[in-house]
Amino acid sequence: MEKDYNLVFEDDVQNARGTIHPPAISRGFSLPIDPRRYKRKLIDRIMSFLAAACVTIAIIPLLSILYTVISNGLPAIDMDFITQLPRPVGEPGGGLGNAIEGTFIVVGIACLIGLPIGILAGVYLSEYGENRFGRFVSFMADVLTGTPSIVAGMVGYTLIVLYFKSFSAIAGGVALSVLMIPIVTRTTEESLKLVPSSIKEASLALGIPGWKTTLYIVLGTGKSAIITGALLAIARISGETAPLLFTSFGNMFWAGGIDKPISTLPVQIYTYAITPFPDWHAKAWAGALILIVMILILNIGVRFAARKKFG
Amino acid sequence: MSFFRFSRSKFSGDFIFEAVVGLFALGILILAFFLFRELFIGSELSRNTFGLNFLATTTWDPVNEIFGALPFIFGTIVSSFLALVIAVPFSIGIAIYLSELAPPKLRTPLSFIIELLAAIPSVIIGLWGIFILAPFTRDYLAPPLSTYLGFLPLFQGPMYGLSMLTGGVILAIMIIPITSSVSREVIMTVPVQQREAALALGATGWETTRIAVLPYARSGIFGAVILGFGRAIGETMAVTMVIGNSPRISESLFAPSYTMASVIANEFVEATSGLYVSSLIEVGLLLLVVSIIINIAARVLVWKLLRVEGGGRA
Repeated sequence: MEKDYNLVFEDDVQNARGTIHPPAISRGFSLPIDPRRYKRKLIDRIMSFLAAACVTIAIIPLLSILYTVISNGLPAIDMDFITQLPRPVGEPGGGLGNAIEGTFIVVGIACLIGLPIGILAGVYLSEYGENRFGRFVSFMADVLTGTPSIVAGMVGYTLIVLYFKSFSAIAGGVALSVLMIPIVTRTTEESLKLVPSSIKEASLALGIPGWKTTLYIVLGTGKSAIITGALLAIARISGETAPLLFTSFGNMFWAGGIDKPISTLPVQIYTYAITPFPDWHAKAWAGALILIVMILILNIGVRFAARKKFG
Repeated sequence: MSFFRFSRSKFSGDFIFEAVVGLFALGILILAFFLFRELFIGSELSRNTFGLNFLATTTWDPVNEIFGALPFIFGTIVSSFLALVIAVPFSIGIAIYLSELAPPKLRTPLSFIIELLAAIPSVIIGLWGIFILAPFTRDYLAPPLSTYLGFLPLFQGPMYGLSMLTGGVILAIMIIPITSSVSREVIMTVPVQQREAALALGATGWETTRIAVLPYARSGIFGAVILGFGRAIGETMAVTMVIGNSPRISESLFAPSYTMASVIANEFVEATSGLYVSSLIEVGLLLLVVSIIINIAARVLVWKLLRVEGGGRA
């Protein structure tokens, strides 16, 4: 029965095209092969190849960057490099110990300012943000993630540096937090929106007040996603240079306090890179290697941990 | 709005909690306000002295205190546009491959690798740009361009490694991750029925993409491109390190140039007079306003598409 039906169907198709081939009928249901089909297949292959080529070409710079940073940076790294202060041009040895220390201090200050504001604003947007104000804030946070980093530096300068009349670690931290807050807000909002409402309802049904539900149940459930977002934001700002150029500035000595200029790894790499001295270039590469390792470990580690947990 | 609603109810823990987190949300708006306010006040001197001429003057002369931002505006627009010309075809290709054509097993690791490029600090890309990319464009990219396209003024004159061309290429490398990943997200919002319909008609993988997917995702991809443009405009360190930092307007892409972000990065600390600082702050204000407008445009385009998807139009 079924076969007959197929044959009738096929005959119709083939009559319509005017291409009846008896052998095709005897093999059962199979449409005659349109010669244009090969061309279409070929175009499909070519486009797939081109698209794959785009991916390959886009990966080349990444590999080249990683390769040059490792091959140029590795020979220049030793214990001295991590623990010593920079030396003047021509004097061999020395390191970027103070810049590594300074990066941790400035990023730490940025986290102290940026994480609480970002996370709590994100909590508002996800839990109470279904109104015009909430949507506007969410939109603004989204738009602010595109703030040019150099502009964040200028605001750190006019707000803090001019006020204290000195470059300082805290000005650098403020500048970085300007970049950090919108990112953390949005990732927090997105992660808390994923918390199933059934969990919230279960808690409310037990008579737990709404704010406690939010604080313990919703935040508790979304905790790891928020931490993931926060760590990615930290990875992102740790490498920022432009906001620090005229806020934390630079220093050839160990950190002297958060109201003093402070050396940071990105700024130090930049300073060394634009000099004409090969010895300092080697130091710039070594600094770049340390920075890139810190950031990639944070980045890749967090993503893998997150995938294991959620995926 | 909800503050008023709650103030009518009794003064409870819920109200306090909502008010507290609401204040932090308000902090976002205060942050945006401060960004503008600080730059607006800081640039007052320059705005009063030069007025709109600031945008149209090509002289940048700190000694005689005459400041015009046109060379930097030119450099920013041309380098970002060049970056788009290079990056957009690649980004769309990447987005199509990773969402439509690639073997499913490869999709996640490949998109992860592309996004990793975005994690590399700008200053390290700049360092690589100085020592690897600039010599590469000088020795391998510029000669064929001047040989085959040398009749265009764009590709004439001597090629220095540090040039507009190198700046454009490095910006392209830096915006490919964001443009391609947003395009990919947008393409993935295209309803699967759309694809199935095309496939059921016997379309090949590429035909499905061309007929059923791309037209649907067009405005979102355009949003992703604009987002990339916004990134390119605000990008500072890598460009500063490879663009040559010379405030001249040249027809040739081989000549060094200067961007708005890099003039701030280079000269802000050394700016001595009030007018000098104020002019640089005005450049920053300009940069902020332009990138905020661009970002708003991009978000509206991308959001509209995502909302359509939420509404289930297919």
